[in-house]
Amino acid sequence: MQRFSGLDLFLRALGRHQTWKPQWREPEPKAAYDAVIVGGGGHGLGAAYYLAKEFGLRNIAVLEKGWIGGGNTGRNTTIIRSNYLFDESAALYDHAVKLWEGLSQELNYNVMFSQRGVLMLAHNIHDIQSFKRHVHANRVNGVDNEWLTPEQVKEFCPALNVGPNMRYPILGGALQRRGGTARHDAVAWGYARAADALGVDIIQNCEVTAINRDAQGRVSGVETTRGPIRTTKVGVSAAGHTSVLMQMAGLRMPLESYPLQALVSEPVKPAFNCVVMSNTIHAYISQSDKGEMVIGAGTDAYTSYSQRGALHIATHTLDAICELVPMFRRLRMLRKWGGIVDVTPDRSPILAKLPVPGLYVNCGWGTGGFKATPGAGHLLAWTMAKDEPHPINAPFTLERFRDGRLIDEAAAAAVAH
Amino acid sequence: MLLIPCPHCGERPEIEFRYGGEAHVARPADPSALDDEAWAAYLYLRNNPKGLHAERWRHIHGCGRYFNVLRDTVSDKITATYKAGEPRPDLPATEAAE
Ligand SMILES: Cc1cc2nc3c(=O)[nH]c(=O)nc-3n(C[C@H](O)[C@H](O)[C@H](O)COP(=O)(O)OP(=O)(O)OC[C@H]3O[C@@H](n4cnc5c(N)ncnc54)[C@H](O)[C@@H]3O)c2cc1C
Ligand SMILES: [Zn+2]
Repeated sequence: MQRFSGLDLFLRALGRHQTWKPQWREPEPKAAYDAVIVGGGGHGLGAAYYLAKEFGLRNIAVLEKGWIGGGNTGRNTTIIRSNYLFDESAALYDHAVKLWEGLSQELNYNVMFSQRGVLMLAHNIHDIQSFKRHVHANRVNGVDNEWLTPEQVKEFCPALNVGPNMRYPILGGALQRRGGTARHDAVAWGYARAADALGVDIIQNCEVTAINRDAQGRVSGVETTRGPIRTTKVGVSAAGHTSVLMQMAGLRMPLESYPLQALVSEPVKPAFNCVVMSNTIHAYISQSDKGEMVIGAGTDAYTSYSQRGALHIATHTLDAICELVPMFRRLRMLRKWGGIVDVTPDRSPILAKLPVPGLYVNCGWGTGGFKATPGAGHLLAWTMAKDEPHPINAPFTLERFRDGRLIDEAAAAAVAH
Repeated sequence: MLLIPCPHCGERPEIEFRYGGEAHVARPADPSALDDEAWAAYLYLRNNPKGLHAERWRHIHGCGRYFNVLRDTVSDKITATYKAGEPRPDLPATEAAE
């Protein structure tokens, strides 16, 4: 792997940047691997990297039906935080935030992790009570989160309208200072480059069309659009397409796939210094380093794989943004797009080994799994390598729905990004 | 936004409706006779197909009634609507996918 550094960049600039090489190989699929990851998003690529790096499994492949990072990894609004209510969730998401903090160094790739603070706005009494409960629960779990009065909100994010003339006035907010954003593509590319250097085959344009099982029911391989591949371990990390893949192994999942959309404005000079979320009026906003305002909208009402998202959903979000930040009324929107998110009944992920021997899944991250990318990758790798869960992901089983052990972040937060 | 043909009122914009999830998920007649696995399957497991999907909609800002829709989840094209209680029309799963 060619190591990146300031000096290297300077020297290549002298050579007019003509000397850069592709950062990972484009290998043909082999006939067999020790393990196969389905889905080349940040989670799947991360899992492959940690399998190779920490668990010594080098003969592995990541199979991606399109291009790596072309799923939700490259479509999301990149909000990263860990101030979830329940103990299990706080441990899971904070595991990821801790990995984010060292990720650029670990991968020698600038993932542009920016801990600019994530501010969640309260607009009514219920919000205030629920956010204060989160603040206290988070502190008990060692996760930073603090309550801000409207004046403190204004001081932290001067662009916000905290006046009384709003339909839903800002009554305060919960701030996680360690939260922030990262560059979505860089995460996929950084993991791909580092995994490739450890011998992992990253195979794009390779759709898995069947999961094969032997006479005992164990996983024996996969069929793909680029031919069959033998393997005894398959880790599915396919976000919105998880139900489709699991059906290939004869499993029905507690999942529904919905389009979730985002949009960006024309790029402008730095004008918005943090991440602001409002679950109550459905608006999520931050400014990218390119200058665009990155705005997250809600999901469509119905399940779909269409990767679009309806215009009235985006309009609803823009209404809210215009009230929250009046100066953005004059911004023009540049483009919008959708991604397919896999939603569980309790809005918590499933990261577990499955009843089918040799089959593992990482799914159900729904509208909020980008923040978990390094953690989910690491824990899926652990679970596949040891054939048992890490204590952090042990509660996130498929069986929790049968056993009534839901981790009900849905009830705790209503929406999550 | 979808244009949804309510079997009672005709075509109306999606915002007049509420989505009701997968259709034909019948509540078991005797829940206490089920084991946990079967009860969880009723509550939580869904087909979530990429293709033709039978789903419930409620015309909440119209006639107020529930009815069923067959929609392709890739193109979002609606191929049939029918009244609650009627069986799912027998269309091949691929027809709508084109
Ligand atoms: C608009 C939007 C905004 C969001 N905002 C946030 C946010 O602010 N913060 C946050 O934390 N999360 C957010 N999310 C959620 C987040 O994007 C996802 O939870 C996360 O990126 C999932 O990562 P992944 O690697 O599992 O999935 P993906 O990146 O979707 O990767 C899955 C891959 O599997 C591939 N695949 C599918 N089927 C097959 C097959 N049969 N064979 C081979 N490959 C297959 C797909 O092509 C895809 O590349 C948002 C999502 C969307 C859509
Ligand atoms: Zn009607």
